[in-house]
Amino acid sequence: MHDTALPLLELGAVFFGLGILGRLSWKIGISPIPLYLLGGLAFGQGGLIPLEGIEPFTQVASEIGVVLLLFLLGLEYSAGELVTGLRRSWAAGLIDIVLNATPGALAGWMLGWGPVGTLAMAGVTYISSSGIVAKVLRDLGRLGNRETPVVLSMLVFEDLAMAVYLPVLTALLTGVSLLGGLGAVGISLLTVTLVLILALRFGKYVSAVVYSSDPEVFLLRVLGAALLVAGIASQLQVSAAVGAFLLGIAISGSTATTASRMLEPLRDLFAAIFFVVFGFNTDPSAIPPVLVAALLLALVSTATKVATGWFAAGMQNVRRMGRARAGAALVARGEFSIVIAGLVVSSGDVTGDLAALSTAYVLLMAMIGPIVARAVEPVAQRFIQHRAPVRA
Amino acid sequence: MDVTVTPLPGLGTQQDFITNSGHRVGVISYRDGRLELIVSGPQDPDKVAASVELTTEETSALANLLGAPQLVAQLTEQQREVTGITTWQLPITQGSPYDGRALGDTEMRTRTSVSIVAIVREGTAHPSPRPDFEFTAGDLLVMVGTVEGLRSANEILEKG
Repeated sequence: MHDTALPLLELGAVFFGLGILGRLSWKIGISPIPLYLLGGLAFGQGGLIPLEGIEPFTQVASEIGVVLLLFLLGLEYSAGELVTGLRRSWAAGLIDIVLNATPGALAGWMLGWGPVGTLAMAGVTYISSSGIVAKVLRDLGRLGNRETPVVLSMLVFEDLAMAVYLPVLTALLTGVSLLGGLGAVGISLLTVTLVLILALRFGKYVSAVVYSSDPEVFLLRVLGAALLVAGIASQLQVSAAVGAFLLGIAISGSTATTASRMLEPLRDLFAAIFFVVFGFNTDPSAIPPVLVAALLLALVSTATKVATGWFAAGMQNVRRMGRARAGAALVARGEFSIVIAGLVVSSGDVTGDLAALSTAYVLLMAMIGPIVARAVEPVAQRFIQHRAPVRA
Repeated sequence: MDVTVTPLPGLGTQQDFITNSGHRVGVISYRDGRLELIVSGPQDPDKVAASVELTTEETSALANLLGAPQLVAQLTEQQREVTGITTWQLPITQGSPYDGRALGDTEMRTRTSVSIVAIVREGTAHPSPRPDFEFTAGDLLVMVGTVEGLRSANEILEKG
């Protein structure tokens, strides 16, 4: 009995602490992700109280967290939506990649983290947090705005880009050459295309396989299918998370709606563990030296995201105010930046500084994002009104 | 009229159009079946000034309010030549004696010589209803007759 008592106590304390942090974050109106990371930093490696004996559990649990994050993201979209989204926003999507992957790539290169570190940092600054963005749009009542479909299709494009990016990063992390990396690009592009076609044609059958009218059976089947596919994908070196994402896309209709409703609490639980574990594995004393770099990166990549949204909304003939709103909405970075950094850190061949910089960066961006989204209207109003007489 | 249909990935669909007065009016239908009415402000048609979530019941009530006058306007236009004939729209209210009963039970034609030419339910017009058509509260009856006949028809629908 005694040897399970300590892990139970530790886990209980962690969850309870996260509960308090989560409540606090919604009260002050920010995403709980930065607080979870801070919570993780406070404990674990180099923190106040090192936790012993729960690593085997938390390690698997945080892996499940990543799988569920991507699986539920996949469930949100149907294959048809992805295809139309891709068609509508590919040009803006390319601008997004160029503008927002560059700051991270430059940072990784200048800090001397090698090709893999450079690629990882490019991903960290590129990908917006669809969780935070969607929540901010909902909270600010902007879902009906004309720029919102633009913002949402940018997120779709980014998520699809992740499905290609993650397998490549995984391949490079396992030490294949650049040529092998290119091979991985080919394989993952092919897989994504294949899955999209299969999902468009046979999505019904995939849904039918996991569906059951009994909630308990349904939950077990969906969760089982997600983990199985993630495991197979991981075995094939394609990245477990991407496997789950693609399965999520293939499941559609009411099965997808029910599945995401059921899995949401599980995702929140395991994703919270994932963020805390990432914080555990980051040495807090490594953060101050990278703080200036993180601030600079935050500043630059806020500007580049605003520019991206401005261009993207402009392509759909949205007016200037809406273009500013679109740009500001996209600023937040969060869960996926940590997923990318987590992948690199767990492989262990890039310096711990990358974890520290990513943590500091996401801490900043998860807080800056919602603030910028809120502040953009009064600020842009002043700017646009200021300009109006000049133009007249 | 140009109704724009825009997919909202992960959420549902947005359908909207620009009114003559420069507002953008539309409906967001969410995946889970919820409907939201959106209306933009006049300064910035890109931005919603109000978004109102509607239940199924409220949607059909609103659709009735908007759909029936249009039908009545068309009928009035057609009957302009015929003097003494008017078109009215009368509701089956909650608590009306005909809530849940058939059209034939009202004996409307015999009692008032008024014709029920259409019934608007949940925004859809059912033209030339048969005597076995069953009323429910919220239906709007489009009726043609003399003003006098229509007045007594109104009384019948309210009191039986």
